[in-house]
Amino acid sequence: MPVTIIQTALDNGLIYGLIALSLFVSFTILNICDLSTDGCYMLGAAVGVAVTIAGHPLLAIPASMAAGICSGFVTAQLQTRFGVQSILAGIIVNTGLYTINLMVMGMKTNLNIVGKDTIFTLIEKLIPGAFWKTWHRSVFLLLLLVLICFVLYRFLGTRLGLSIRATGDSPAMVRASSINTAFTVTVGLCIGGALTGMAGCLIGQYNKNSEINMGTGMVTIALASLIIGQTLFGRGKMAVRIAGTVAGSVIYRFIIAAALRMNVPTQAFKLVSAVIVAVAIAAPAVRQMAAERMQQRNAGRSRRKAAQQRGRG
Amino acid sequence: MLVITDISKTFSPGTVSEKKALEHVSLTLRDGDFATIVGSNGAGKSTLFNAIAGSFIVDEGYIDLDGEDITFEKEHIRSRYIGRLFQDPLMGTAPHMTIEENLSVAFLRASGPSKHIFSRITAKEKQLFRERLSLLHMDLENRMQSQVGLLSGGQRQALTLLMATVVTPRLLLLDEHTAALDPATAEKVLALTKQIIEEKKISCLMVTHNMHQALEMGNRTLMMDAGRIVLDVEGAERAGMTVEDLLRRFAQNAGQALDNDRILLS
Repeated sequence: MPVTIIQTALDNGLIYGLIALSLFVSFTILNICDLSTDGCYMLGAAVGVAVTIAGHPLLAIPASMAAGICSGFVTAQLQTRFGVQSILAGIIVNTGLYTINLMVMGMKTNLNIVGKDTIFTLIEKLIPGAFWKTWHRSVFLLLLLVLICFVLYRFLGTRLGLSIRATGDSPAMVRASSINTAFTVTVGLCIGGALTGMAGCLIGQYNKNSEINMGTGMVTIALASLIIGQTLFGRGKMAVRIAGTVAGSVIYRFIIAAALRMNVPTQAFKLVSAVIVAVAIAAPAVRQMAAERMQQRNAGRSRRKAAQQRGRG
Repeated sequence: MLVITDISKTFSPGTVSEKKALEHVSLTLRDGDFATIVGSNGAGKSTLFNAIAGSFIVDEGYIDLDGEDITFEKEHIRSRYIGRLFQDPLMGTAPHMTIEENLSVAFLRASGPSKHIFSRITAKEKQLFRERLSLLHMDLENRMQSQVGLLSGGQRQALTLLMATVVTPRLLLLDEHTAALDPATAEKVLALTKQIIEEKKISCLMVTHNMHQALEMGNRTLMMDAGRIVLDVEGAERAGMTVEDLLRRFAQNAGQALDNDRILLS
């Protein structure tokens, strides 16, 4: 594989790793199926690119995170306060965000960062040299993800973090422990929103572009990454599981890069992601079915054999 | 002191499945009182507990705890001072978290939810958890980093008991908390319950379907039928009672024999 392909896969894997981490919080820890990811990611990209075009590439990151938090907050309020089912709450927010995203982009479907600094060009300028020119993005993203994983890990060990984990693990116990589940769910989804929004902002600045449909199917891709990560590293300690989630995202990007090399058309990627998610989630059930079928066949065979022996004897 | 004044609760009112679960129930539980509750199927025992714990708001009446009106208090606020154990040992603990983490979540009641939400478990607290765990004699103090899902039902229920009392509650609600355990383990958890309640002088209500337990445990026995408390005995009257006396009194007051398919008479 040429270096540029590896590099792109790594960079994308790290950025999308933020969304996988967001789903790690909502899907794995809180046990909530939050489908607002597509819209929230697009919101982050729209806000990020708009603020970058306005000349504030650094400010774009907290701005898009704040936007993501708002999205997560609305999703959380719908399900905790107003009794909307969690899946439906995500879909409603997702739909509403389409218009909001268009508004953020000035009712245009496409925004390009032309001739303006992005966070990546700023970093490139920090150190001269050919190596840095090639690898500044990857190094920056790697450091960023390490920092975020560390903060998330530390946070999940605090009283609030433990309460959030308990909320997804045993709601009855949490209510009996004076924890307001509405509050912990809200905090969890806001963290998820912040991570997703930040991913959108970084992709927008990375590609110097935001396009209204770039979020479509993002939740499936992130879920595929999460499942790859949890399958490979899911049984370890919390720190391993968090790092494994990001690793899953990078691995997913390498699978996609390999598919690209084999001339699979880009249009087929969403189908590939969907198949990966379906296969990964269905795997335990299929394994169970196969084991039962095998057992049945072996039992039948040994029974016939026993009958034959009796017949002979 | 828990004072329940004339509370009622009707589920699905105005429909064919309307169910009057509690009908004008009044009860005063003095400080240090430990009352057992027995009753027929659907008598409203669990509904009474849900009303006290705040799982729903009662249709009428008032609930006061230590002179404070908690009738409209939210469930998670009430759980700061009301401990509760369920029949299902799986309900009271988080299976994918360690023993230490479970105890820390339970210990949140001590610090209050708004204070120190970003603080972590301190070494001092770990020591406290270890000491409390050692009282169970289940060797759990040496397995603080084990996931709770790996423990047996009895161990989990003992841990839940510890979690409910690690911060002394003003009231403890035990809803058949030993019913799902094997007899030997049930005995052990019951002994622990007795020990902790006596040691910390906690006011307690305990639902049981074991008639002997109903008379032996605590200082007071309540019987419920059709959403009402039909019998309330304590003191000398209770001391001289046999299971037969209890059943006879129940039949007199409720107008029918005790009908509970899980009741244990011996």
